Amino acid sequence: MRRINDEIAAGNGLLHRRTLLRGGMFATAIGVARADDTIGDNAPAWMKTPGRGFSGYGFPARSQEKVQRTFNAAPGRPGTGSSRTPIHLLEGTITPNGLHFERHHNGIPDIDVSRHELLIHGMVRRPLAFSVDALMRYPMETHIRFIECPGNSGGYAQAQPAQTTAAGINGLLSCSEWTGVRLSVLLGEAGLLNGARWVIAEGADAAAMSRSVPVEKCLDDAVIALYQNGEAVRPEQGYPMRLLLPGFEGNQNVKWLRRLKVTDAPVDARDETSHYTELMPGGKARQFMFAQAVKSAIIKPSFGMTMRGPGIYEISGLAWSGAGRVKQVEISADGGKSWAVAALGEPVLSKALTRFRLPWQWNGAPAVLASRATDESGDVQPTRAAWVAQYAAGQFYHFNGIQSWGVEADGTVKNVYI
Amino acid sequence: MSISKFAPLLFALGCFAQQNAGRVLTAEDVAKIDITVAPNGSGLPAGSGSVSEGMEIYAKKCQSCHGIEGRGQPQDRLTGGIGTLASSKPVKTPVSYWPAATTLFDYIRRAMPINAPESLTNHEVYAVTAYILSIDSVVGKDAVLDAKTLPRVKMPNRDGFVSYWPVPPRKP
Repeated sequence: MRRINDEIAAGNGLLHRRTLLRGGMFATAIGVARADDTIGDNAPAWMKTPGRGFSGYGFPARSQEKVQRTFNAAPGRPGTGSSRTPIHLLEGTITPNGLHFERHHNGIPDIDVSRHELLIHGMVRRPLAFSVDALMRYPMETHIRFIECPGNSGGYAQAQPAQTTAAGINGLLSCSEWTGVRLSVLLGEAGLLNGARWVIAEGADAAAMSRSVPVEKCLDDAVIALYQNGEAVRPEQGYPMRLLLPGFEGNQNVKWLRRLKVTDAPVDARDETSHYTELMPGGKARQFMFAQAVKSAIIKPSFGMTMRGPGIYEISGLAWSGAGRVKQVEISADGGKSWAVAALGEPVLSKALTRFRLPWQWNGAPAVLASRATDESGDVQPTRAAWVAQYAAGQFYHFNGIQSWGVEADGTVKNVYI
Repeated sequence: MSISKFAPLLFALGCFAQQNAGRVLTAEDVAKIDITVAPNGSGLPAGSGSVSEGMEIYAKKCQSCHGIEGRGQPQDRLTGGIGTLASSKPVKTPVSYWPAATTLFDYIRRAMPINAPESLTNHEVYAVTAYILSIDSVVGKDAVLDAKTLPRVKMPNRDGFVSYWPVPPRKP
């Protein structure tokens, strides 16, 4: 049997990713049964009465009542803003539909599906309208993809670390199995004219939210999504249909999609000028940074959790990239001085969340944990300082710097910068 | 195994490849729903509006959220900040930051006022746009905006954006 010391992978107790964590030995109770015993004497109450009956649509366990999205609705504007996925209370990589993060610009529209159509027009040979019934006649495809708001993790751009949960920092991030019709098929039927370069997508919400999308993306892996984790797309996510642009910033994945106008140029929509652009020192702003850059966050442990004394713990978290697959995640337990390669949950999918894990022998002393992801294009997360240095004061969109947590001697976890 | 065994399957796939389940639209169908306005002015409707008309509409329908002269509170600030983008305290507003005046028209028409979106007439949208732009003298106090004059408005930050699509420029 190998000793723990043989398994050390990096400084301050990080163990090799193939280290097997074993459970303790369980004591076996030995009793003597008598003739007038019932086994119910030793059974919990729920084994001694018939359970609850069937339900048309199930719901989580009672003890999970606190697993909720968090949001702060603006006064007088209940449907404007965002809610966050409680990533610190979930496991795996798929977000339950009721917990997918939300970003709305004027509420969730109550759409009469029989009157909703998707129009494709502009620089096309034949302008077309598709009802949901019409779209159902096309071959469908299914992909697991993350969607991330470009404002996600923006708190990390602040001068001082925000003392909030992993969801408070990274909760504008979700991952679902999406099913729908490949957009290139519909554009092919409409027939793109020479010079078609952009597609202006618009939603049927009370903001008619609109974004410019490069035609190359629309002809690549874009999908008109009708199903989310096997059921019709939720109203919060765009029912009856949303534009799914794998890896691109969440805002471009237009919900309640009603119109695609093919053009020769972008339109400088409000949400691609006012928002989701970053001012650089000198006063110029970066625009059209569509693919979400490679990123990772440790979720276990994270702020709000308490380590119960020295011992072996599993560090785990999520990594993702808008450029494709996550190639590697490294973890540091000494504030970035040394790094160990984490195990990645299989299968590692393109433009989907990837779960990483690594055992850690915590010695009980203060420690700083950090994660650093690399994607298949070779991009690596920059340090927070390097990310901040690219931009003018106050910029926070598209943050993808290395994140870190400080574990205190008493086991509490704080947000710290390294 | 012969290819003929797969012929029905191939036929079915062929049908899928050109499903043609869409309804063909007429120009009138499209005109009813196409509200996109581009920086070159394409999509701008008939109508016009003056700064003075816009001031009245703004006071009634916009000011309670965006403050006197667009100074903000409780909602977004609309005016000021011109010349601050290269400073240590950049102030991004529609007039200081947005590259195209058409964006203001397009956004107001599709999304504002927030409690009654799509309720302003095209005249009113031109007028409110003119008023907001006049506060910082981006247009004159006597300006009248319409489909011809609006795209010609020179926004202070019209050259301020660097496109990172499809790739970052060599010298950002």
